[in-house]
Amino acid sequence: MFGFLLRRLAVLIPTFIGVSIIAFSFIRLLPGDPVALLSGERVMSPERHAQISAQLGMDRPMIVQYFDYLGGVLTGDFGTSIVSKKPVLDQFLTLFPATVELSFCAIIIAIALGIPAGVIAAIKRGSIFDQGLMGIALVGYSMPIFWWGLLLIILFSGTLQWFPVSGRISLMFYFPQVTGFMLIDSLISGQKGAFASALSHLVLPSIVLATIPLAVIARQTRSAMLEVLSEDYVRTARAKGLSPFRVVGIHALRNAMIPVITTVGLQVGVMLAGAILTETIFSWPGIGKWILDSVFRRDYAVIQGGLLLIAAIIMTVNLIVDLLYGLVNPRIRH
Amino acid sequence: MADATLTPKAAEPVSSAQMRRQMLKEFWFYFSENRGAVIGLFVFLALVLVAILAPVIAPHSPFEQYRDAVLKPPVWAEGGTATYILGTDPVGRDILSRLIYGAQYSLFVGLVVTTLSLVSGIVVGLLAGYYRGWLDTIIMRLMDMILAVPSLLLALVLVTILGPGLNSAMIAIAVTLQPHFVRLTRAAVMAEKTRDYVTAARIAGASPLRLMFRTILPNCTAPLIVQATLSFSNAILDAAALGFLGMGAQPPTPEWGTMLAEAREFILRAWWVVTFPGLAILITVLAINLMGDGLRDALDPKLKRS
Repeated sequence: MFGFLLRRLAVLIPTFIGVSIIAFSFIRLLPGDPVALLSGERVMSPERHAQISAQLGMDRPMIVQYFDYLGGVLTGDFGTSIVSKKPVLDQFLTLFPATVELSFCAIIIAIALGIPAGVIAAIKRGSIFDQGLMGIALVGYSMPIFWWGLLLIILFSGTLQWFPVSGRISLMFYFPQVTGFMLIDSLISGQKGAFASALSHLVLPSIVLATIPLAVIARQTRSAMLEVLSEDYVRTARAKGLSPFRVVGIHALRNAMIPVITTVGLQVGVMLAGAILTETIFSWPGIGKWILDSVFRRDYAVIQGGLLLIAAIIMTVNLIVDLLYGLVNPRIRH
Repeated sequence: MADATLTPKAAEPVSSAQMRRQMLKEFWFYFSENRGAVIGLFVFLALVLVAILAPVIAPHSPFEQYRDAVLKPPVWAEGGTATYILGTDPVGRDILSRLIYGAQYSLFVGLVVTTLSLVSGIVVGLLAGYYRGWLDTIIMRLMDMILAVPSLLLALVLVTILGPGLNSAMIAIAVTLQPHFVRLTRAAVMAEKTRDYVTAARIAGASPLRLMFRTILPNCTAPLIVQATLSFSNAILDAAALGFLGMGAQPPTPEWGTMLAEAREFILRAWWVVTFPGLAILITVLAINLMGDGLRDALDPKLKRS
């Protein structure tokens, strides 16, 4: 298992260095002068230009600049926002819990509904259940989630007025951030109605963000389950008189879950992309909205740092999933 | 190959045409077994027709602003008129006409992006799988890098560099989709390369280029076709998302995602300006995905229902 970890790291480290090269090059690839872009000053005298250039270290050879940048990244320096002048990492850490909270709720919904749906569809293969569930899954998989979010707002926030349109909690409540997770913080604060408010703000965005992962998980579970159900050991289990529940729930499901774990892991990347759209629609103050706002504010330092941080997170999650995969499926380790 | 040398020259094209017809017949047999796939195919063909005939069938110009008919509801709703069947948008443009012209953009995006990523992905994947070694390592690490960044984020970053617009959006999306083709081609090439027919062709003196493109590639097409359909629908979705975020096609282009972006502030006042463009995206993507499922069933022998 340790060798497996080392082999995965041997692939991961060059990939991370590669992404850092992309992030480093990003500012230098933009149309315009990188010194002007990073300082945020449009018009400057040659002297001022030289001064800022020296200040940012951009008068040095490219390769020196890159290693300087990489050194900074490894010690937690992801640059400074051009607009707010705050360190990118600090901003990221403040906003990240909001995205985690939303993604976590979404993945719970996706797993809790997707796996049972896939299992039922596989057991009742070809039936009206199977066709109905897989039809819905395909619609979910094809869904433009930004539109789906708007539809839910029209119906549940506009017409029915069940859920709020935007934000994480009603403006009525104010309490200090302890964990950054609104559900937990609102409980800690002990204010009446705060938790319910936070929860009702989470419902629509979580549904929107869960839609595509839910569809993917349901489809993947069904096909993994179908494959496993035709295996000899399942037939043996049936033949020796085990209850259908035991055959499906214990014998088949366990092995069918192996590919599903990978699928769930891959959804993290999908979710972070989906977070850009979902957070924009629901004005959810998380990483996705932050990155998009930075694109519009031309805060290139934030885009650069955010890109690398998000890639690092996805790579870490993928590594964890790979290790889990190796743990449940020893064959893959070799 | 062996047949071709034995049979008289005149008979050869006939037999290969016959074989192709036989293959097509078999393909259609499996494809048409999947009812959803056939429906998807017909919807897709209808959309292609709508896109081609847009100037003929659209009741209005997609850009004409009817100032006296701003935010008219669809014909069946209260206050709607038959002049604007699906209603008008906030500046008085006919939504149906804009949707009809929008089909051109979406299908064009799908076609261009899929072609770009397919062709570049096949070439790169063939090189990686055929030559292996350091070239393979570099290519695969590059692909890992692209895959480590969420596709929409990478597309946003690329569009920031290239400048907003439909062309940059298409290039950006093609870059994010290309690694899938590289991986598929590479895996297929590595599996095929050691087969006897490839060895035979090499001994017969085929050049590496011929081996790659004429001998090996035709035997790797099935997964590539399935992936191409997936990419087609993904490209349409991503282009619409970029348009929605203001980084794709720019107003007043009647692109479906851009239309949604323009309509966003009116969602609670005029449901139709938001509902129809999104529905158009959903129907198009769904039709293509239905076809993709059918293609997978028909082309992948492992999944063929016996």
